[in-house]
Amino acid sequence: MKKVVVMDADGIDRSLTRIAYEILEENKGVTDLVIIGIQKGGAPIAKRLCSKISDIEGISLQCGSLDATLYRDDIMKSDRKPKLEKTNIPFSVDDKKVILVDDVLFTGRTIRAAMDALMDFGRPKLIQLAVLIDRGHRELPIRADFVGKILPSALWEEVSVNLTETTGIDEVVIEEG
Amino acid sequence: MVMKLSKKDILGIPDLSRDEINLILDTAESFLEISTRDIKKVPTLRGKTIINFFVEASTRTRTSFEIAGKRLSADTINISASTSSMVKGETLGDTAKTLEAMNPDIIVIRHNAAGAPHMLARLVRQSVINAGDGAHEHPTQALLDLLTIKNEKGHIDGLHVTIVGDITHSRVARSNILALTRMGARVTVCGPAMMMPRDIDKMGVSVSHHIEEAIENADIVMMLRIQLERQNESIFPSDREYARYFCLDREKIKAARPDVLVMHPGPMNRGVEIAPDIADGIQSLILKQVTNGVAVRMALLYLLAGGE
Repeated sequence: MKKVVVMDADGIDRSLTRIAYEILEENKGVTDLVIIGIQKGGAPIAKRLCSKISDIEGISLQCGSLDATLYRDDIMKSDRKPKLEKTNIPFSVDDKKVILVDDVLFTGRTIRAAMDALMDFGRPKLIQLAVLIDRGHRELPIRADFVGKILPSALWEEVSVNLTETTGIDEVVIEEG
Repeated sequence: MVMKLSKKDILGIPDLSRDEINLILDTAESFLEISTRDIKKVPTLRGKTIINFFVEASTRTRTSFEIAGKRLSADTINISASTSSMVKGETLGDTAKTLEAMNPDIIVIRHNAAGAPHMLARLVRQSVINAGDGAHEHPTQALLDLLTIKNEKGHIDGLHVTIVGDITHSRVARSNILALTRMGARVTVCGPAMMMPRDIDKMGVSVSHHIEEAIENADIVMMLRIQLERQNESIFPSDREYARYFCLDREKIKAARPDVLVMHPGPMNRGVEIAPDIADGIQSLILKQVTNGVAVRMALLYLLAGGE
């Protein structure tokens, strides 16, 4: 099975630094800004973005995590269930600019589920989407506002974002499934 | 990671492996958070129907299952003995086939006859959850007790749990003994000799007839409700005499370690098996048990529903 590293640790860090500046530029600062990572892959990336933005602005940005599994449209199609991760949003999202963060944007179905889940927590002023990798193949009218890398892929290929927080190494790999 | 319960039904603790119990507890842990939200509802079981078929009286278990189903967006229907056709003489078998024909997804049953959920599970293709059958088992109570202990102590393995009361008639005791020993806890049972099954030590528990001795080294003391309705009056002299020897009160709890935690499955007979100041004290986990019950039942409904 062929496995190609398409982004190394430095590449991931530089992409996230750029995205941090883009989020600040687009939103003209940090007023009402909060960051929420989608479990499981998006949560550690959200934390990193949050600390980068906090460092740049010299403030402490609020960061949460969201598990959208229970809002998925395929959850009852099988008797196999994904492991549920923690949802932890220790602040109100009412009238906030929410930056939703995920590792890989693929069909868009996870993002749809996450937005529905988020709406049950309150009424954000706006939601923007930041992803490290956009691999294409959308099945819903969803696009990202901030993208680390556009990675054209075939449907049978597998794209994984490995992070030190979960797998001990920072890299993005693509392999034939 | 993707996991599944290999069961169609949840009938008793012996059917569940240690891994499956851990899966249920981990899943329930995530569901606890949902009940703290402003909107306490997720769309997961939208379009699913859950029948709560309660032949024996129950407030907390039935309410707990109903809330669990509703917080997952399922349609929940309650049938109680007095409102069902069983009062007109319909057999359990006929009621089962009737319920099955209405195409629910899950049937939750409480029955005063031991084994009724097992019979129902054989008759219908839907998942069946045992919400208490006679003096046999109450698996969801044991699972919520495990979750409560795990959340307070961080683990179950190696803990010493003492169960006090009418062990013979208690389905809560039986399910808890099976569940706690499976998860690696040490269990002591305590009660008057007439309330102790003869071969109880074969379940891998220690037996004591003195509460002070039984709770001495316990991490958790689980008090059982004296089921006055199940007592044979000729051998159960009075609740006052029982209380004198077995009611967990301020005096008797001094025999236990200062950090001992107290549980009770409810409903309580205050002053019979547990003194009010213990039930309402800082060592009491009784209301946490109720909260955790909703999460455990949500987890079971979630894990059982769906699939082909």
